[in-house]
Parts: sequence; C-alpha cells; structure tokens
Amino acid sequence: MMLSIKNLHASVDGKPILRGIDLEVKAGEVHAIMGPNGSGKSTLANVLAGRENYEVTSGSVHYLGENLLELATEERACKGIFLAFQYPVEIPGVSNIYLLKAAVNARRKYQGLDELPAVEFLKLVKEKVKLVEMKEEFLHRSVNEGFSGGEKKRNEILQMAILEPRLAILDETDSGLDIDALKIVAKGVNTLRGPQRAMILVTHYQRMLDYIVPDHVHVLAHGRVVKSGDKSLALELEERGYGWIEQQAEEIAAAVTG
Amino acid sequence: MNSTVSDLDELVKREYEAGFVTDIESDTLPPGLGEDVVSIISAKKNEPAFMLEWRLQAFRRWQKMQEPGWAQVKHPAIDYQAISYYSAPKQPGDGPQSLDEVDPKLLETYNKLGIPLEEQKALAGVAVDAVFDSVSVKTTFRETLAEAGVIFCSISEALQEHPELVRKYLGSVVPTGDNFYAALNSAVFSDGSFVYIPKGVRCPMELSTYFRINAMNTGQFERTLIIADEGSYVSYLEGCTAPMRDENQLHAAVVELIAMRGAEIKYSTVQNWYPGDEQGRGGIYNFVTKRGACRGDNSKISWTQVETGSAITWKYPSVLLEGDNAIGEFYSVALTRHMQQADTGTKMVHIGNNTRSTIISKGISAGRGQNTYRGLVKILKGADNARNYSQCDSLLLGDRCGAHTFPYLEVSNPTAQVEHEATTSKISEDQLFYCMQRGLSEEDAISLIVNGFCKEVFKKLPMEFAVEAQKLLDVSLEGAVG
Repeated sequence: MMLSIKNLHASVDGKPILRGIDLEVKAGEVHAIMGPNGSGKSTLANVLAGRENYEVTSGSVHYLGENLLELATEERACKGIFLAFQYPVEIPGVSNIYLLKAAVNARRKYQGLDELPAVEFLKLVKEKVKLVEMKEEFLHRSVNEGFSGGEKKRNEILQMAILEPRLAILDETDSGLDIDALKIVAKGVNTLRGPQRAMILVTHYQRMLDYIVPDHVHVLAHGRVVKSGDKSLALELEERGYGWIEQQAEEIAAAVTG
Repeated sequence: MNSTVSDLDELVKREYEAGFVTDIESDTLPPGLGEDVVSIISAKKNEPAFMLEWRLQAFRRWQKMQEPGWAQVKHPAIDYQAISYYSAPKQPGDGPQSLDEVDPKLLETYNKLGIPLEEQKALAGVAVDAVFDSVSVKTTFRETLAEAGVIFCSISEALQEHPELVRKYLGSVVPTGDNFYAALNSAVFSDGSFVYIPKGVRCPMELSTYFRINAMNTGQFERTLIIADEGSYVSYLEGCTAPMRDENQLHAAVVELIAMRGAEIKYSTVQNWYPGDEQGRGGIYNFVTKRGACRGDNSKISWTQVETGSAITWKYPSVLLEGDNAIGEFYSVALTRHMQQADTGTKMVHIGNNTRSTIISKGISAGRGQNTYRGLVKILKGADNARNYSQCDSLLLGDRCGAHTFPYLEVSNPTAQVEHEATTSKISEDQLFYCMQRGLSEEDAISLIVNGFCKEVFKKLPMEFAVEAQKLLDVSLEGAVG
C-alpha cells in the first residue's frame, strides 16, 4: 500500500475540517477526490503535504510504510510526495530554473547523491518543457511572477515531471484553465502515469476526468468520504450535482451523533 | 512558522567568521585627541606642510560641531578622548619595500580572510590595497597598473609622490566641515587608498581595498580618493572585517569620487564589520561619508553596497550630478539582525541638465534589527529634464525587527520627473511552504527568497563579489527564521 489514511481528523485555526477520512491508495492508481466547496478536499491535500497550521487531531497516515505525520514538510517532498498547488505562489527575483535546480538537488542530497551536473540538469529540463508545451524563456522568468493562470498550472506540471514523485497530489489543477490548457495539463499528467506512481486528483468538476480517467472516485462532504466508486460516480455527480450527496452526509452525521 | 521567540534567539546566533585577533606588536598612540595628536599623526606620515594645516583646520571645526542626532539609531555617548587615533603594526625602518619584508603575521591574517597579498595567488584581475588598523600594509599589482598609467597606492604614499593631485582634489567633494564625522576624519585620517585613472584609460583590473581593524580601543579613520579623468573607467571594491570584541569601535571613513567628462566610476562595497553579539554587545560603529561628484558632462558614478556588518551603520553614498547628462546610481542591500541598526541611503543632487539617477534599496531586518532607508533626491532650479527613479523595498523576518523609510524630495524645476516606489513585506508562509514542498529546508527556502529579493542589487556587483555577497547573506541569515 502506498498511502493509507485511517480515521483522519484535522483542524485549521482550531476549526475541525476533516472528520474521519479513510482512504487507501496503491501504486499505479489514480484517485479522484471530489466534493462541494468546503468539504475538505484542499485541506486533505495540504495535510498530506505537511502544511503548517493544518493540525491533525486524530487518526493516522502511512506512506510507504512510514508514519507520514512524523515527517517534516521537506522530508515528505524528498520522499516523493508532490503537491501541485491550487494557487502557485510568486517568488520575485528567483528564476524558475533556479528553484527547479534547488529542488532537484535538495532531493538528491536527501538521497545521498551528488548534485546533478549542470549539463544533465539542463537536458532534463529542456525535455520536460516540451511535454507541457512551454517556451524555454519561462525557465528564466521569476517563479510564477506575471504568469497567467494557465501558465502557473502548466508550471506545476513541469515541476512534477522533473521531480518524478511517487505520490502526486493535484489540488484543483483544472480550475481556471481553458480547454486547451486543460488538455496540455492532462497530457502531462497522463504521461506521468505509471505502475510505480500514484496520483490523487482533487477537483470540483468532472471535466478534467474526461481527460485523466481515474481508477477510483471518492466524494467528500463535511470532512468525510461519503461515497466511493469508479469513473461512473463522477458522471453521476456531474448530472445530479452535490446536493443529494450532502443530504445523505447530513443524515449519516445525524445518525452518528444521534 | 511554529518557531517560538526563544527558538528564534537560538537560531539567529552564528559565529562571525572574521572575528579573530592578530597578535602583532603595534605602534599605538595613547587614547586622546588634541592638536598635538593631529600633529603627531601628520609628522609620523611625514606629510607636506599643507596637510598639517588642512588637518588642524578640520580639527578646529570639529571641536565646534555636534554629533548628528537625526538618524534612526541609538547608542551610548562616544567618548572621543577614550579612543586611540593611530595604531600601526611595528615595522623595521621605513616599512616593507617588498612582500618579503611584510610581517608574516599580517600576510597570514589576510590569507585567513581570503585576501592573499601574493600576486600569483590573487583573484584574477583584482589589485588589492590592504589597510590594517591605521596603515596600508601592501598594494598589489602596482607595476602592472603603472604600465597603464593608473596610480593605485595608499593615500600616505600619494601624499609623498603626488602631493599636487591630492592637494587639488582632497576635500573637494566632502569639505572638511561637511559633517561631524567627516571633520573628525579630516583631522585624524591615517591611511586609505588613492586612485588616479588618466584620460581615456580603462583601468585594466578591478581595484580593491581591504580594511581590517585589529587593535583594541582604536578608531579607524581612512580616506579614499578616486579620480577618474576624462573618458576613463574604473571599478573599485572595498571589503571590511574586524575582530569580535565586547567594546564598540569607531570607524569613520570618508570616500570621495571625482568623475570628469565622460568618465565612469563603479564603486562597490561589501561591508562585514563585526556586528556585535545577539545581546548587542560590541560591534563597529560605522559612520561613513561617501560622496561622488560627476564633474564633467556625460559622466557616471554608481554606488553598490552590501551592508551586513557593523553594530550601527550611518552612511549615505551620494552623487552630485554637476555635468549635463550625468548619471548617478545607488544600489543597496542592507541586512540587520541581532541588535544591529542601519540608517542608510543616498543623496542624489541634480545640478546639470538631463541628469538621471536611480536608487534601488533593499532592506532586510531580522532578529531585533532596525533598518532605515533615508534618501534625498534634490533637483536644483537650473537642472532641466532631470529624472529620478527610486525603489525602496523592505523585508521583515520575524516580528521583533523594524523597517523605516524616509524618502525626501526637493524639486525646484518643473521639468523634473521623479518616481518613488516603496514596499514592505514579510516572507510569506505560502512562499516558504511552496519551496519546502519542493524539498528545500526552511533555511534554504529563506535564503532563496531573500536572494531573489536582493537580485537587482547583486547583479550590479562584479561577478566574484556577487558570489561573495550571496554567501555572506546566506551565513548571516543562517537560522534567522521568523
């Protein structure tokens, strides 16, 4: 099992958001996490990546057999967890390629390897830039500064392609993308699918799942997984909306507390 | 991040690498200042008569002056009678004629600081004047430079060999009575560097001075004078370090730059005087007057400074834009941590037509550091079509430090175009999380973000020194996690 989440509860600023998440992800699988706004999708993504101020109050998360919650943010990254951000942050004055190089070498250092020689690094980057159909000049611009929404998201996929994570978590990567950008992002993601790699796609809409077909679909409501299924569940949600799911969740919650 | 205040205190501590003391016999004047001391210094240096007169005049003015009180810095009163105004490593006879005669302890000191004085070991293309306490101990590559007609020597030697040049230009940009510290410097300065670039010559090497304070209870008062004659170019760098001591030491330097028609002077400083410890004990008081005059048309003076040291920095490298089309630039990174205080900035005085100035200031505050930008852009009535662009950015690390910005504008000509932008920011948790999610440690993430913040200034430094400055900032920030 690559990732095993059991009865995970987490709060943000003292407010409980996740209220008992159970989820198992095997290598090679793609899981879609769907749900209405405020259901806890992004919180789950951030908790897995180790964001500060996201406090786990109970439950456990194991990643490749290790207690993930005991690992620092950067250790999780170095062990192969990658989060494609919903809102990638701008870092003025730091070129994209400089951050990439720092990231690649941080991981190599963690693995006890020497820094990647500059020539090899450049070769790798140039190859991956093509995958996301970005111009090379993007590499020399400051990280995300002045990038359009679509460029920022493609930049996330570029970083993912270069860092080759074991577990990739894509937090609403489809939001704010036009159809062309979405296709490019999907192509990048599909290229990275493989038997050693697992992916968690956090999304509000079914649209991205037309291009990246998930093995499993889970629906979150009120901080719990209320329904799991295959791709057809996503289509059902598209048709019927989230209302009926939320209603079910409320009934379950009432039954649990009542 | 989750670091508490006490964690921060733990983390901001860092060893000051240049903090060692050289055990060397010195010829040091007893503490105290009077006309007798001024005369002794002049006599020790065997100066021409006009210099003694000049010094005494400065001293008499200084006696009537008050320390400036307007800077955003606090320190206990300085007892000027408790300072020794001259300290020189003892040398046999007339001082060293060649490197073999320089005390090996001095050579070792500079080697330890990464400044080899043996020419074959030197950084390619850089000539060094090494100033130890009150005197210059060695100037490298003098012969190579002389072939191009460039004069690069200590100011003491210049007074012996080129008194007419010194007499003509000394005090012509910073008059003896300019301010309290400049007057004091004029009275007691003991050494410094002198540079003259003849007409049309592009100086074939980077020139640099490395200042080292070693002796206890002494002040360092050096004087730098750089003259770039018509159509010439020179790039000059100064570096500075001092031992760690519990007492504060005074460093009051004066730098004067003169650029004639079509000449360009690029002056870079990497200032790493001992900053004091985390309790604010010790450290250098760095009270410096730096000013350049763009005397001729189409001349250019560019100041770049990276200020990471000193307990207190009080310094405003300025440009008088006298010639038409003259250009003045000021690029600054100032870092304050522990209890450091910096009040620094620039003055751009537009006198000629079509003069342009650019000010880029980056202040970084950590620990309990206080960082102030103070700048004046003055456009005189007769300066048509003058332009200025100023950008002052402050970055705060932690919540016990401060950043202050005082931009002054005096515009007396309606054709002037003046722009000012200022920002104050903290390193955001979003930025840190983003970098750390990519595998960077928190310290590496901070260093990356801060270096990005300073990039516009670093790229103005000569290549080797840009790397040096970046490294210096990295060690200075080690653990400065807020």
